[in-house]
Amino acid sequence: MNMTGISDFQLKVLALLQEDARMKPELIATMLDVAVEEVKEAIAALEQNNVIVKYATIVNWSKMHDEKVTALIEVQITPERGRGFDRIAEQIYLYPEVQSLYLMSGAYDLQVEIEGRSLKEVASFVSNKLSTIEAVLSTKTYFILKKYKQDGIIFEEHESDHRMMVSP
Amino acid sequence: MVNEASQQSSVPVQKRQMADYLNPEVRNIKPSGIRRFFDLVSTRKDVITLGVGEPDFVTPWHVREAAVMSLERGKTQYTSNAGMPELRDAICNYLDNSFQVQYDADKEVIVTIGGSEAIDLALRALITPGDEILIPEPCYISYSPITTLSGGVSVGIETYAKDQFKLTAESLKKAITPRSKILILCYPSNPTGGIMTYEDWLPIAKLVEENDLIVISDEIYAELTYGTKHVSFASLPGMKDRTVLVSGFAKAFAMTGWRLGYACGHPDIIAAMLKIHQYTVMCAPTMAQYAALEALTNGLEEKDRMIESYNQRRRIVVQGFREIGLECHEPQGAFYAFPSIQSTGLTSEEFAQRLLEEANVAAVPGDVFGLGGEGHLRCSYATSVANLSEAIERMGQFVYKLKNS
Repeated sequence: MNMTGISDFQLKVLALLQEDARMKPELIATMLDVAVEEVKEAIAALEQNNVIVKYATIVNWSKMHDEKVTALIEVQITPERGRGFDRIAEQIYLYPEVQSLYLMSGAYDLQVEIEGRSLKEVASFVSNKLSTIEAVLSTKTYFILKKYKQDGIIFEEHESDHRMMVSP
Repeated sequence: MVNEASQQSSVPVQKRQMADYLNPEVRNIKPSGIRRFFDLVSTRKDVITLGVGEPDFVTPWHVREAAVMSLERGKTQYTSNAGMPELRDAICNYLDNSFQVQYDADKEVIVTIGGSEAIDLALRALITPGDEILIPEPCYISYSPITTLSGGVSVGIETYAKDQFKLTAESLKKAITPRSKILILCYPSNPTGGIMTYEDWLPIAKLVEENDLIVISDEIYAELTYGTKHVSFASLPGMKDRTVLVSGFAKAFAMTGWRLGYACGHPDIIAAMLKIHQYTVMCAPTMAQYAALEALTNGLEEKDRMIESYNQRRRIVVQGFREIGLECHEPQGAFYAFPSIQSTGLTSEEFAQRLLEEANVAAVPGDVFGLGGEGHLRCSYATSVANLSEAIERMGQFVYKLKNS
C-alpha cells in the first residue's frame, strides 16, 4: 500500500483497464498471476471509491463526418471568499456542453473545453452563458482544428507492426 | 592478335558451373529452416504470427530522436574501431550495475553490428580448424553454421523439457573430448525460454575450469527474465577471463533493426576480435551508437515497463497452451514459450505446417533449432494480447480436432 491507500496490485489492474476497458477479469488474473476473485474485488473497490469513474469509449468523431465543433476557452474569474473557485467551477461544469474543466496555474484560472454542433452554438454558449456568470472577468476562445491525439491515443492511423512474419 | 593468342593455348580450360565457384563450406551450409517457413507464411493472408523473434515495441521515441539529433549535428563519420568511448563507458557501467561484471572500457569491450557480429568475431578469433565447439541445443540458429565456416566442428548437446532446457553438468561432461575448446551458451534461451540460475551455473563453471574451455556467452536476452534476475556467466567466480560476453540492444531496448551489439572479454581476445572487425566493417554505424548511448543513459525505466508487459503476456500463453492440452514448461526468460506438441502425434514440421494451413497461426517448428527441438513449437509472445488470445483460441480448436479425429 502506498500513501493513497491504492496498492501496487490495484495500480496494475488500473493500467490494464486504462489500456482496454473491456479486458475480462479472468484475463487480468492470468496476466497478473492472481486469483480471479482478487481482480474482481479490486475492480469493485475501485469502482466503489470512484477511482474508476466510468468505462467510456474514445471516439474519433471526425471519421463519422461529424460536424461537431470543439473549443478551448481560457477563463479568468474572481474567486469567492471562503469557497475559492469550486462553486463557480461547478456552475460551469454542470452545463452539458462542457466536456472538460480544469483549474490552471498561470495567466488564467479555468480551462473549459466546449463541444457544440456549430460555431454559432459555441459562440452563443460563450456570450450567453459563460460570460454572464458574475465572477467571470474575461474569456479567450480557441477553436480546435484537428485532433491528433486524445487521452494518450493517437488518432492518425498508421501501420503499427512492421515486423517480418517469421524471424529467428 | 586476340584470336592468335587463344589459338595458342593448347589445354582447353574446363568451364565451371556457377556453383563450382562457391566455397564448398558455404555451398554445403543448409539454409535456415526459419527461412523456409517464412516463405510459406508470406504467401498467406490473415495469419496471426507467433513466429517473430523480435520485440513488438517500436524503439522508444527518445532513443530514435537521439539518432536523428546525431544526424542533424553532422555526426556522420566513422567512430573508433571499438566504438565510441562514451558508449563503451556506458556499457561497462550498465554491466556493472545490472549484472555485477566489471570491464575496462579501453581494452575489454568492442561495439559490434548486432550481437550476431560479436558471435562471428569471437568464433573466428578463437577457432583453429578441427576444434570442437560445444553447443547446447535447441538453440539460436547461427552458432553451428558460423562454427563450420570458421573450420570448427560443432558438437550439439541436447537439453530437455524435463530439465526446463537447462544445461546439466552430466550432459556437458559426456560431450567434452580432448579437442573441445569452446562452449557456446545462450541463456535466457531462444527458443526455449529456459534460464540458468547461480546454482545451475556452478557445476558448469567447474567443468569449464577443469577442461580449460573458453565460453562464448550470448546474453542478448539477459534483461528478459521473470521472477529471478539473470546471472551472467562472466560474473561467476573465476569465469570472467574465460568468458566472451556477447549482448546487444535489440531485445531489451527494442532496437533490433539498429544492429548494435557488443562483446566483452579478456583483452587478448577482444584485441583479436578487433583486428577482424576493423578489416571487415571498420566500426558499428555511428547513428546507432548514439541511439544506444541514449538507451543506456535514459532508457532503463522504459525497458522495465516493456519487461513487465512481456511477463503478463507470458502467463497468457503458458496457461493458454496448458488449457488446450499442450504440455508447456514454464519459460522464465526471453519472450518464447516452447510447448510440446508430441501428444498430437505429429512432427514439429507437420504440426506447424498444418497449424498454418488449417488455423492460420504461424509458429516456428522446434526442429529448426537443433537437437531436442523436435516435438516442440517455438511461440513468441511478443505480440498483442488480442492476437495471443485469438491465436490460442484457434490453436485450441486445431488441437481438439487433431486429438478427436
